[in-house]
Amino acid sequence: MKYAMKYIDEFRDQALAAGLARAIAHEADTGRDYAFMEFCGGHTHTLSRYGIADLLPPTLRMIHGPGCPVCVLPIGRVDMAIRLALSRPEVILCTYGDCLRVPASDGLSLLKAKAHGADVRMVYSAADALALARREPGREVVFFAIGFETTTPPTALVLREAARQGLANFSVICNHVLTPAAIAAILEPPGGIAPQAVQIDGFVGPAHVSTVIGSRPYEAFAATHRKPVVIAGFEPLDVMQAILMLLRQVNTGRAVVENEFTRAVTRDGNLKAQTLVAEVFEQRPGFEWRGLGTLPDSALRIRAAFAAWDAEAKFDLGYTPVPDSKACECGAILRGVKSPIDCKLFGTVCTPETPMGSCMVSSEGACAAHYTYGRFRDLPLRASDTPTPANQDTA
Amino acid sequence: MCLALPARIVELLDGDQCRVELGGVRKEISLALIDGAAVGDYVIVHVGYALTKLDPEEAAQTLALFAEAGLDPAASCAQGDRATPR
Repeated sequence: MKYAMKYIDEFRDQALAAGLARAIAHEADTGRDYAFMEFCGGHTHTLSRYGIADLLPPTLRMIHGPGCPVCVLPIGRVDMAIRLALSRPEVILCTYGDCLRVPASDGLSLLKAKAHGADVRMVYSAADALALARREPGREVVFFAIGFETTTPPTALVLREAARQGLANFSVICNHVLTPAAIAAILEPPGGIAPQAVQIDGFVGPAHVSTVIGSRPYEAFAATHRKPVVIAGFEPLDVMQAILMLLRQVNTGRAVVENEFTRAVTRDGNLKAQTLVAEVFEQRPGFEWRGLGTLPDSALRIRAAFAAWDAEAKFDLGYTPVPDSKACECGAILRGVKSPIDCKLFGTVCTPETPMGSCMVSSEGACAAHYTYGRFRDLPLRASDTPTPANQDTA
Repeated sequence: MCLALPARIVELLDGDQCRVELGGVRKEISLALIDGAAVGDYVIVHVGYALTKLDPEEAAQTLALFAEAGLDPAASCAQGDRATPR
């Protein structure tokens, strides 16, 4: 039996998608080319899963951005967790499922470290890690926390709760990163990385990140760089409407922040969550991102008041940067300079089952999304190379 | 990673917890990050926490805009600020 899912089904409606595709084709029919970047891995996944690329005119190109926390997590941070879990048998290292298969140094991942005897466990929620610490008072439970602003407030809650309960056997390795800094880095890369060679006319802005931080933090970026930003939900019609709104902005010479996802995002965002995050975390001066290099003020660390629950302080964990494999193009793909199919490893030695690079690990990674939903699109079609539009003529 | 889905609150529980339903599946989640949620509200759920309530009126307006764009693509050429969501 198929259950109706309100606020999901109606945002995947095929007839409305066909109508939006016609509106996009009409708006883009100006004789020029367009290139938009979808920052979020969630949008990358939606574009691939629903075949939206096939509904867009050939003059409009979507470039995949770096908004996938697993993809931008550098090898050195995973190494840090693996070293801790392997060297201290009292440690139970907990993390979200996406992190377990990220390739790290010495051919290891957290999952392979588990096979070597480390106690690594997958949790659905930060609260599960906290509950485990309460159940296992004789062990050290370390939560390896990753994610953008969406995932940060739950980590802040469990840190505050651990402090309130005086739970001494719980700590967090904080890898939380900040979206606005990464968007800015696409257009203004830090030293050592070539400036963006690809034209980007506008950005599809984050969905769930923006429910927390609101639409205001993108306003300075849009104004400074003269690039439109349209915040969009993660359903296929949301993404198509955002593309249409970006086209309208470009065609009328505007570059402002617009919000397509008004059912969940306000200009101010979730102030309760923001207050909580500010209480527990502060900005790191610099943090290394895979593909983007070390970006200033682009990540969070745990405040000194919570140092007893900061695993980096508690276990004196040092960070050693590790370069990516030379053959892997994740770095260039994360900057939007290359596509997954430009990588020699794509679909040969690097697949979702045996990922070589981080973009193949998470289902939101550009490579994994293209491998899962789009790799046969690269083959020439026999009958016709015109995509068949959805077969509704009336919306 | 930022995957989150709208789910309906079916029961408020102790300690900022509630039970939600999505597509026939029920799950206990936390409401600690939002204020004023009630049974019947839809919330966006991420790693076991509600991030925000969904605004039903805004959702209806967005759906109306999708339909409007599809019915009359030529209208999207009109200059000026046509009705786009805030």
